[in-house]
Amino acid sequence: MKKKQLSILNGRLIDPANGIDRITDIHIAKGQILAIGDAPEDFEAESIDATGQLVCPGLIDLCAHLREPGAEYKATIASETAAAASAGITTICCPPDTTPIIDTPAVAGQIKSKAKKAGVCRLLPQGARTQGLNGDQLSEMATLKSAGCVAVSNAYRPLVSSLVQRRTLEYATTFDLLTMIRPEDRFLANQGCAHEGRVADRLGLPGIPHAAETVAVATYLALVEQTGARVHFQTLSTYRSARMLGRARYDKQLVSGDVAIHQLFLTELDISEFDSNAHVHPPLRTSSDRDGLRRALKEGVISAICSDHQPHEADAKAAPFPDTEPGISGLETLLPLTLKLVQEGAIDLNSAIARLTCGPADILGLPLGRLSIGAPADICIFDPEAYWTLDASQLLSQGKNTPFDGWELPGRVNYTLLQGRIVFNRESLKD
Amino acid sequence: MSQASSNLQLDREGRLLHFLTIDGLKREMLTEILNTTEGFTGVSERTVKKVPLCRGKIVANLFFETSTRTRTTFELAAKRLSADVLNLNISASATSKGETLLDTLRNLEAMHVDMFVVRHASSGTAHFIAQHADRGVGVMNAGDGRHAHPTQAMLDMFTIRRHKGEFVGLRVAIVGDILHSRVARSQILALNTLGVSEVRVVAPQTLLPADPRSLGVHVYHDLEQGIRDVDVIIMLRLQRERMQGALLPSEHEYFRLFGLTEKRLAIADSEAIVMHPGPINRGVEMDSRVADGAKSVILQQVSYGIAVRMAVISMVIGSQNLQLQG
Repeated sequence: MKKKQLSILNGRLIDPANGIDRITDIHIAKGQILAIGDAPEDFEAESIDATGQLVCPGLIDLCAHLREPGAEYKATIASETAAAASAGITTICCPPDTTPIIDTPAVAGQIKSKAKKAGVCRLLPQGARTQGLNGDQLSEMATLKSAGCVAVSNAYRPLVSSLVQRRTLEYATTFDLLTMIRPEDRFLANQGCAHEGRVADRLGLPGIPHAAETVAVATYLALVEQTGARVHFQTLSTYRSARMLGRARYDKQLVSGDVAIHQLFLTELDISEFDSNAHVHPPLRTSSDRDGLRRALKEGVISAICSDHQPHEADAKAAPFPDTEPGISGLETLLPLTLKLVQEGAIDLNSAIARLTCGPADILGLPLGRLSIGAPADICIFDPEAYWTLDASQLLSQGKNTPFDGWELPGRVNYTLLQGRIVFNRESLKD
Repeated sequence: MSQASSNLQLDREGRLLHFLTIDGLKREMLTEILNTTEGFTGVSERTVKKVPLCRGKIVANLFFETSTRTRTTFELAAKRLSADVLNLNISASATSKGETLLDTLRNLEAMHVDMFVVRHASSGTAHFIAQHADRGVGVMNAGDGRHAHPTQAMLDMFTIRRHKGEFVGLRVAIVGDILHSRVARSQILALNTLGVSEVRVVAPQTLLPADPRSLGVHVYHDLEQGIRDVDVIIMLRLQRERMQGALLPSEHEYFRLFGLTEKRLAIADSEAIVMHPGPINRGVEMDSRVADGAKSVILQQVSYGIAVRMAVISMVIGSQNLQLQG
């Protein structure tokens, strides 16, 4: 397909990686950023009028479960990448706990080719850290890396011992592979389904204590010191782990962290009617955790926000709270809720956009999430002043499970570009 | 939170549509339940042990966990109100998934059941069923996970009122596995709502919830201190499986520290009563001499259980009828 030349005119361009925030034009050729400001001489292109709109790098989501292969009744790569494109997300990093598991190049290749066929969002798979995610034997990390895996992870599954934790980190380091970790001590989590605190006490729900997360973070911080491995903590839920991460980063350890957007708004109180849409893992914690995570995000200790997208079929949420499957269909609320954070004064606009663009790109060590000359033209154009009310049934994702149903949110994406191609145009939705 | 729970179980005029939890119910409602119970206690002593309040109604006992006492007293209560009773014992393993639970519900609704009495191992099951039940169908929580067992709590309140008259001024100690106990959670809410002066919980740290004070109780780790001068002692049943998972070392040490003996009972108020939701582990929670002693009201609790359940079933069916007419 011949890639069109394109100019985006008159938008407010925000590119935190390059320190740009001004009203200007951006010109695209061959799928790359050609120029910012004046067009090169003799540049002929179609144009998008972005007057009054915000133009920023396409968003990068470090954790979204697309359910394919293995759970297509929940969602498919085609359905979820389309939802992502409509939400300004151009890159998704997907965890390895599919069926079959991403522990062979074949599965990684299958996922990448399905995404390529859908053609609206870049998919970067995480490879399994252990074979079959069984937690005891090393996966073929070098092979997985050559098959396009950008990191290794054991998803939610535990490793059998701290020795395997250490060895997998060391082996990953050999190939300069990032290890992504959902920090949780499974013994302390003890099959709980809610934060161990007042609400769980009152509702009689089995609790997951703060320590289930902090113990795991502490263990890995010690192992990072031991091994020099590059480690990224996913979906932190407690302010204590954010504080530990902050200290380690101050000590120049190679560690980073992200937070799921819902953790910055909801607390344990939101489950209080046994609302299964607020059943997430790690659980919604206290208001001090939420506030502490917001501070860590503002200070840059937490350098990325992810959706932790987990689409479900209706049945998965239609049961007594502890028997429901955890997770939120979150792709389409990632940007609006982040803008709401800005509106609430929790973070400034440029930093907020950084946490969705160059922040996650730097964690992956990839030249994405920025509008540098020559970079892939992944671009999100949105109206920051457009308010809309979320209707769960209208989500493009196959999963309609969200606790944000009925919320009034700022920010509507009008165009999404992937490598210079328009992969989403709100106008065309109306047809 | 209480707001939401109460909305689900109350209609606009504050009548009881379901009985799911004590949480969110006002003192007047609890008193109304106790007063209604008072009226039903006579029924069991009559030669014809029936009143026609729920004639033509079908009550389905939906028990996903085994139970003898609760199921039987619910059954007797419904029958004494002249309702027809369906007993369904569904093994939890076969229906651990929500779709099956909803399917079960839909199937029974198709048979025009008027009330579900539900027991389930997962907290929130009764709420879930009440949310999905048809209009006009009432739901009774007969115990959900660790969450609530409101009819047990109300029969305990009834027993206390029979013996003590008033709630104001009473000191009550609840001894044992508070963490895993739906009975304790409902009792604490009911006692505080009815205005007792003090609710104490007595347990080792491993059997207490994360933040017990937020439930409105005083915490004791020493039984003798915990029951000093109390008017009511409620002993909870200790599940044998608590010895696994490092919650307790042995029944022997538990009894030595938290078992109620005659000697210890003397520390409580001289008029104190001893209660237990049953079934008792003799020699674990309490000595047989206490269980069968003069201060024990354990068997009365069981017989009041029928009257309390008659009261709430008739109240719920009554307000559901109004719902259907309205």
